[in-house]
Amino acid sequence: MIELRDIHRTFKMGDDLVHALTGVSLKILRGDYVSIMGPSGSGKSTLLNLLGCLDRSDSGIYLFEGRDVSSLSDTELSSLRQNRIGFVFQFFHLISRLTAAENIELPMIFAGIDRKERRDRIMEGLNSVGLAHRAKHRPEQLSGGERQKIAIARAIAMRPSILLADEPTGNLDSKSGREIIDLLESMNQNGLTLVIVTHDSLIGSRATRKVKISDGKIVSIL
Amino acid sequence: MKLFDSLHFAFSSVSGHKLRTFLSVLGVTIGVASVIMLTSLGEGARLYVMDEFAQLGSTLIIVLPGKSETTGGLPVFGRAPNDLTIEDARAIAQGVRGARMVAPLAIASMQAATIEKKRDCIVVGTTNEFTHIRALELYGGRFLPKGDIARDFRVCVLGSTIKQELFGNRNALGENIQIGGSKYRVIGVVASSGTSIGGNIDEMVFIPVSGLLRMLNSSGLFRIFVEIERHDEIDAVSKKVIALIKKRHNNVEDITIFTQGAVLSTFDKILSILTYALGGIAAISLTVAGVGIMNVMLVSVSERTSEIGLLKALGATRFQIMKVFILEAGMLSAFGGLIGLLFGVAAANLLRHFYPTFPAEPPQWAVIAAVFVSVGVGLLFGILPARRASRLDPIAALSRR
Repeated sequence: MIELRDIHRTFKMGDDLVHALTGVSLKILRGDYVSIMGPSGSGKSTLLNLLGCLDRSDSGIYLFEGRDVSSLSDTELSSLRQNRIGFVFQFFHLISRLTAAENIELPMIFAGIDRKERRDRIMEGLNSVGLAHRAKHRPEQLSGGERQKIAIARAIAMRPSILLADEPTGNLDSKSGREIIDLLESMNQNGLTLVIVTHDSLIGSRATRKVKISDGKIVSIL
Repeated sequence: MKLFDSLHFAFSSVSGHKLRTFLSVLGVTIGVASVIMLTSLGEGARLYVMDEFAQLGSTLIIVLPGKSETTGGLPVFGRAPNDLTIEDARAIAQGVRGARMVAPLAIASMQAATIEKKRDCIVVGTTNEFTHIRALELYGGRFLPKGDIARDFRVCVLGSTIKQELFGNRNALGENIQIGGSKYRVIGVVASSGTSIGGNIDEMVFIPVSGLLRMLNSSGLFRIFVEIERHDEIDAVSKKVIALIKKRHNNVEDITIFTQGAVLSTFDKILSILTYALGGIAAISLTVAGVGIMNVMLVSVSERTSEIGLLKALGATRFQIMKVFILEAGMLSAFGGLIGLLFGVAAANLLRHFYPTFPAEPPQWAVIAAVFVSVGVGLLFGILPARRASRLDPIAALSRR
C-alpha cells in the first residue's frame, strides 16, 4: 500500500545542509506491522513525517495506495491525512481545554461528519481503548497511559488504513507503555497497518518487519 | 466542517482563556460604548438646539430689501433697490394666500427721555402682529394697538432694561416719554427675555411703524416679517411674496427672502457634522480595540502552535484553520460590541433620566455602524493571526510539547 523509491530529504540548518534521508526505498504492505528504529538524528522522524504526508521529499517517488503523493495539492494531502492516516505522538497532543470525548471528536469535526455519527464513533473509540468511563474528563485529569489511549482513539476515529506512531511509549512508564503496545498490536491484528518509530529495541523487535535506519539510510530490513 | 462546529470550536478557545478574552472584549466594549455615548451627546445637542430654534417658529419668512447675490458681493450693475414700504407689507397681508400675519419692521437708534433721564436705545417700529410672530411676553400693559398700519398712534412699549433705567421701580404705564422729539405714552413693558437671536429685546423700544418712518423721514422698512399658516407652504408662499413685490416694484426683483428654515437647516448641518466628528473620534478607540484583539490572537496563535500542528496532522486544511481563528477574533469583537451597545444605550438613557430636557439618544446610524464596525474590526484584525496560524509548518509545530 505504500512504496518509497529513492527518497531524498535535505534540510537547511543555518548555513549547513543536513541530509536527513539519502536514498530511502521501502515497501509497506496492507496489514503490516513495521518498526523503524535508529538513534536520534538518524532520520527516522523525517521518514515518519514523509510517510504521514506532513512533509514532502526533495526527490524520489512516494506512492500511497497507488497515488503519487508528490503530485497532490496541499488540500489533497490534508484530505489524505484526514481519511487514510492516523497519528500517535510521543507527547499525546491532546487539547487541554477539551474533554477526552471532544478530543476524539476533533478530526471528525474538521471532516464535517454529522453530530449523531460522531457520537457513535466516540463511544466506539472509547470502548475500544477501554476508557468509556473517562469521556468527560479533561487531559490533566487522566494518567499518561490514559491520555495516550485517548490519542489512539482519536487517531482511529476517521477509520484510517495506516497508523503512524512516533515514540508512542517514550513518555510513559513501562507498564503503561506495554498496555499501549498491546493496544496497538491488537488493532494491527484487526487489519490496521501499523508503523512505530522508536529507539527502544525491545519494542522495535516485536514488529513483524524491523527497519533499522542510520545517517539517513536504511541499514537493514528484517 | 460545519459552521456550527466551527463556531463551537472557536468558542471553546474563547471560553478557555477567560482573562485574555475579558481583556480583549473590554477594549471593544469601551470602543463601542464610547461611539454610542458620544454620538448620543452630539445628537442630543442637535435635537436640543433644533428644538430651541423651532420655538422661534419655522413658519416665519423674513423679507429684506435689496437682492443679495449668492456670491455675497455687492451687485455691480445694481441700482439702488426700491424701498420696502408699508404698502408692500399691506399688499402681502392682503394679497398673498397662506400669509397668516404680517409685521413690518423699521429700526433706528434714538434717544428716549423722561423729564429726569435719557438714554440711547434701539427704536423698533412695528405693528401689533410682531408680538405674536416673535412670541413676546409682556410684563405689564399691552402691546401696540391693532388697527391700520398707517395710523400713527403715539404709544410705545418698553424693553425691560429701558424701563428700569428710565423709571426704576416706578410704574411706567401711562407715563409719557420723548422719543426723537415726539411725545409717546407708555402702554406696555416687555418681560425680560435676555438676549435672543436678533438682538436684545430688553434694550428696545417699540412704537408704531408709521410713526418711526415719519420721524426718519423715510418710507423704507428694515424688514417685513411674514408668518405663514403651514410650514410646508413656506416655499410656495415665499415665491408668491417675491412675485407680488416684483410686480409692485416695476418688475424688478429687489428683495431677498430669508426663512427660519434656512437658518435651521444650517444649524442642523453643523450639528450633524459635530455628531459625525464625535463618532469618528470614538471610532479611533474601536481601532485601538481591534489592535488589542490582534495582539491577543497573535499570542493565542503562538501559544497554541502545537494545537495547530495537531489540527493539520488530523487533516484540517489551511482554510479551515484560518476560518477557526478568524471566527474566534470575530467572536471576541462581537461580544464586546454587544456589551458596549448595552452600556452605551444605558448611559444615554441615564443621561436622559437626569437631564430630561437634553434628548441624548444614539442616532440609529451610529448604533448600526458601531456594531458592524466592531465585528468588522475583529474579523479584519483576526486575518493576520489566522494567516500566521494557517501557515505554520506542522512538523515544527508538533515538535513542541
